[in-house]
Amino acid sequence: MGTLRLRRPFSLSAWVWLLLGAAYFMIPLLATFLFSIKDKHTGSCCSLSAYGVIVHDHQFWTTIKLSFILSLETIAASLLLFVPTVYWVHLKLPRLRAVVGFLALIPFVVPPIILVVGLLDFYRGSPRWFYGQPYGFLVAAYVILAFPYVYFSLDSGFRAIDVHTLTEASLNLGASWPRTLLSVILPNIRVAALSGAFLTLAIVMGEFTIATLSAFHTFPTYIQYINETQAYPAAAVSLMSFGITWAAMLSILLVGRRPGARQVQIAGTR
Amino acid sequence: MPHVELRELRRSFGEFEALKGINVSLEAGEFLSLLGPSGCGKTTALRLVAGFDRPTSGQVVVDGKDVSSVPPNRRDMGMVFQAYSLFPNMTAEKNVEYGLRIRKQGRGERRKKVEELLELVGLGHAGKRYPHQLSGGMQQRVALARALAIEPRVLLLDEPLSALDAKVRVQLREEIRRIQTQLGITTIYVTHDQEEALSISDHVAVMYGGRIEQVGTPAEMYGAPATPFVAEFIGTMNRLEATVADSGAVEHGGVRLRVDAAQGRSRGERVLVLVRPEVVEVEAAANGAPDGALAGEVVSHTFLGSVTRIKVAAEAGEVTADVSTARAETLPVGARVTARFPAESARLLSLAQAPAPPAADPDGP
Repeated sequence: MGTLRLRRPFSLSAWVWLLLGAAYFMIPLLATFLFSIKDKHTGSCCSLSAYGVIVHDHQFWTTIKLSFILSLETIAASLLLFVPTVYWVHLKLPRLRAVVGFLALIPFVVPPIILVVGLLDFYRGSPRWFYGQPYGFLVAAYVILAFPYVYFSLDSGFRAIDVHTLTEASLNLGASWPRTLLSVILPNIRVAALSGAFLTLAIVMGEFTIATLSAFHTFPTYIQYINETQAYPAAAVSLMSFGITWAAMLSILLVGRRPGARQVQIAGTR
Repeated sequence: MPHVELRELRRSFGEFEALKGINVSLEAGEFLSLLGPSGCGKTTALRLVAGFDRPTSGQVVVDGKDVSSVPPNRRDMGMVFQAYSLFPNMTAEKNVEYGLRIRKQGRGERRKKVEELLELVGLGHAGKRYPHQLSGGMQQRVALARALAIEPRVLLLDEPLSALDAKVRVQLREEIRRIQTQLGITTIYVTHDQEEALSISDHVAVMYGGRIEQVGTPAEMYGAPATPFVAEFIGTMNRLEATVADSGAVEHGGVRLRVDAAQGRSRGERVLVLVRPEVVEVEAAANGAPDGALAGEVVSHTFLGSVTRIKVAAEAGEVTADVSTARAETLPVGARVTARFPAESARLLSLAQAPAPPAADPDGP
């Protein structure tokens, strides 16, 4: 059977708006790139020395590794905490959805500086392995910071599937609650969970206020340090952070994808 | 001993009593339909049997054991839901296999059973497809195969055909009955569609307002409704309010009608005369109405294929009659006619027995 292809008419105004939108985002990146390839002695084009400075700085590798591990830890903690919570709210306590939604907005309205002061005070008496380590204190703060992003991503994922029927069908076939969550629910909200994970990664890789005020040296604080001390490498590291964050997001996407996953999510959306 | 029994089953949601103490039992291999309008409690009853809900009081007994407090994943009951319930992340095969994996059956055994069941529901070719690649009817067939795979003690069907179009619905309900008979599995089927219930069930329990009004075979339900509600809900029924005149006759709107069922009733008793449209005979009126016939005017025709449903506005109310379509052409709208029915074909219910029921809502949940 032949396929019918409908060709949309060429729309000049649509292209103009598309190019304007692209320019808004691309021009600063291009300007940063052009600045980053200037020679640090002559200020003329073109040299990759600024990138060399960054790549050979062990602080770059240490901080980026730390931030990346913090991101993964935050993602894991957030999903472990919020997937069962949002599932239970949708299944058993639908009236609480509005309350949880409101709570999820709080990290938006409380500035990070207020948050960190409060958290530093709140956790002051906690063990050193938690309070003195980025893997403890910072992750606890980042889970709060990521709460709205993870919650609203998951909420939309759960709303797209018939949680009640799928759960009851699974229980009816003899599955336990954990098995139902892992085998039936989780695969059908995978895209939503991945969206939450992307946003969390982006937030943690760029979070500066909490890290600085709690005296931890993460990737954003390194960028700030370079920015204050070296002009061309600062542009280079900014671009590199941009690329690295995107690459990390892409890797999560690839890890989280399975054959048929795209079709599966569409099927689950009703 | 019955295979499944619902004993004095009650379920309240706050002040609202969804089930007001229902009693019903099924023998092994029996097909029982719970039939009623939306809000009558039929789905609530099914959910109590499945274990998705706990009764306020009463028992669900299977093979003599009270399973009311057993969680749904340990009840061994296969259920097909009203909404499409296939797991979207799994192919049809994997859906059917799911319950078998949970039961830790061997791979070879699982595959064999999945193949058999998909063949049984006529989808041997569609095992590798995802739910979104299947039509609604196919999805419900897979859901049936999935429910049967675990060899459940009882098969529960919660309006599984309500989302399908009319043709597929008829086809699939016949297949459900064929498979049920072939496997000899005890089945409870919830529906609001009386035609569906009557065509595939061994017994039908008509529910209304949280109670079971009547349980019986489809023929009993149609031919001998025990309450005005059942009479109204199962098929179409003329309901004529009348007074017992003397032995074997009632008076309706000043007309004396012969009704065998009036024999033995006390004179002056207020009764409801129930007459099926197919036994009402309509004739063009010559000069007035003969004895025992209601005179009136044809007010509408409804074409139903081989028969046409005619409404006659008589003095004391409307009478509905099914006549052959060819004959209906001789009785056009506006024609003066007489309507009568054989004395032995009418049933009588005391008017004190029940209030008039509301119209059933075929679109309800």
